[in-house]
Amino acid sequence: MNKLQRFFPGLQSYAVLYLVFLYLPVLLLPLFSFNDGTIVAFPLKGFTLKWYGQLGEADTLIQALFNSLFVGAVSAIVSTSFGLFAARAYARYRFKGREVSEGLVMLPLVIPGIIVASSMLVLFLSIGLQPSLMTVILGHVFLAIPFAVSIMKSAFDEFDQSLEEAAFDLGETVVGTFRRVTLPIVAPGIIASLLVTFTVSFDEFVLAFFLSGNQPTLPVYIWSQIRFPAKLPSTLALGSLLLLFSVLLLLTAEYFRRRSTKSSV
Amino acid sequence: MTLQLKSEASKGIALSAPATLYVGLLVAVPLGILVVYSFWTQTYVDIDRTFTWANYKEALQDPLVRHLIRRSILIAGMVTIVTVALAYPIAYFIAFKTQKKTLWLLLITIPFWSSYLLRVFSWKLILGFNGVMNSALLGLGMIDEPLTFLLYNEFAVVLTLAHAWAPFAILPLYVSLQKIDRSLLEAADDLGSGPVLCFLRVTLPLTVPGIIAACLIIFIPTVGDYVTPALVGGSEGKMIANLIQVQFGAANNWPFGATLSLMAMLAVGLVAITFVIVTQTAGRRIR
Repeated sequence: MNKLQRFFPGLQSYAVLYLVFLYLPVLLLPLFSFNDGTIVAFPLKGFTLKWYGQLGEADTLIQALFNSLFVGAVSAIVSTSFGLFAARAYARYRFKGREVSEGLVMLPLVIPGIIVASSMLVLFLSIGLQPSLMTVILGHVFLAIPFAVSIMKSAFDEFDQSLEEAAFDLGETVVGTFRRVTLPIVAPGIIASLLVTFTVSFDEFVLAFFLSGNQPTLPVYIWSQIRFPAKLPSTLALGSLLLLFSVLLLLTAEYFRRRSTKSSV
Repeated sequence: MTLQLKSEASKGIALSAPATLYVGLLVAVPLGILVVYSFWTQTYVDIDRTFTWANYKEALQDPLVRHLIRRSILIAGMVTIVTVALAYPIAYFIAFKTQKKTLWLLLITIPFWSSYLLRVFSWKLILGFNGVMNSALLGLGMIDEPLTFLLYNEFAVVLTLAHAWAPFAILPLYVSLQKIDRSLLEAADDLGSGPVLCFLRVTLPLTVPGIIAACLIIFIPTVGDYVTPALVGGSEGKMIANLIQVQFGAANNWPFGATLSLMAMLAVGLVAITFVIVTQTAGRRIR
């Protein structure tokens, strides 16, 4: 260890600098959202909350927010159900095609977004589905499945098979065992998966941009706002609130994920 | 016993079927339709459904298309190299040099759960002519005039994407470093190889799978990134996704858009496969 320490004396300072690089753009939004001026530049002009006040009056924003909450909630529930079943199958059963299936469900992570978006748009219109929140949900479930599956997989990894067998032996039914033994044990994993998949959907832009038609989600709304310099400060305020919201959700998810795996990473 | 095995297998298949079918169908069917569309032609408001190679000919001959595909691959390649090179020391630091691994991993992932769109937009605000960076440097008296080379070019795109994809490099690298058996490092040390040699001959080759994973997970999606070139790329930094979007939007030429999507995918696939083969061979050579 000492030799390595001498070899990389600046490694720790590099790590700290890297964190600054990672956090700089993210922390800029809240900083300038309180700035009493429409131009995002130094020096700061003074403290104000008026940009946050303006958000409450924007009706299209509120509508887009509800659209996003709806899409996120439905996508989270559907993708987590898929993930729960699939992870259970991978952890518990040996079957033909398991590895192919495990690889396939990760595919959405590595297909460029624009290709997913354009091909789905063409598909949905070909089968007569007009762009709407429905089509956005179909797309977001697709994107969220890899996250749901991998979180649920780690939840099942630690799962002790003999608990289920014991429940069977003591006379529980299949459904009863699942509800009273399996489900409570993997529940933290389910909550973590719901929160993460919700966040994936809530923040997603490109697919929603192609598939939302005239029902914009929040990122699509933001996209329409960032072209107008006059709207800039309130967009920053909105962004800061979203940032806070996402981080809170993710910290909650992390807490539950920890509880579900019980292992220190 | 066989009966039980059979029913076990069918249970597994039944449980994994919804996710597998959903993803499988939504990959295969849209791609199939894209292929079909790419052989049709757009005639004003209608689509001519006679089979033709015209779109491919047009795309291959169009210098703009070739230019954009080449630039997309170059930018994505640069982003991959920069991101992985910057991330490797961090992953190394977390795996070997700190006790607070969980805290560091959390610190690194938190920023990336904020909206991607807003993070990219934030770089636009930082790099702009009247932006944060220029105003700060002017205020500090380090420059006399705003720097103009910061925004609306390939540099801005690479920087922004290198920031956006950082955790996707750090996490796989960290996992592969963490998996290294520490006794191998001690053995190399005992046998008298210095720290540099030890790193080059033991640590680095053992993390080749992690490096490959990190590169692919960054390279493939960034080739098709739309938001970053649209916001910070200007005309110099436009990429193929922007042209594809135009075909499905303003230009309303879906068959041509489908052709471009497929060509972009093909190009990405070819580069990725070549890369994996080359790196694996190189990884074996080092040892």
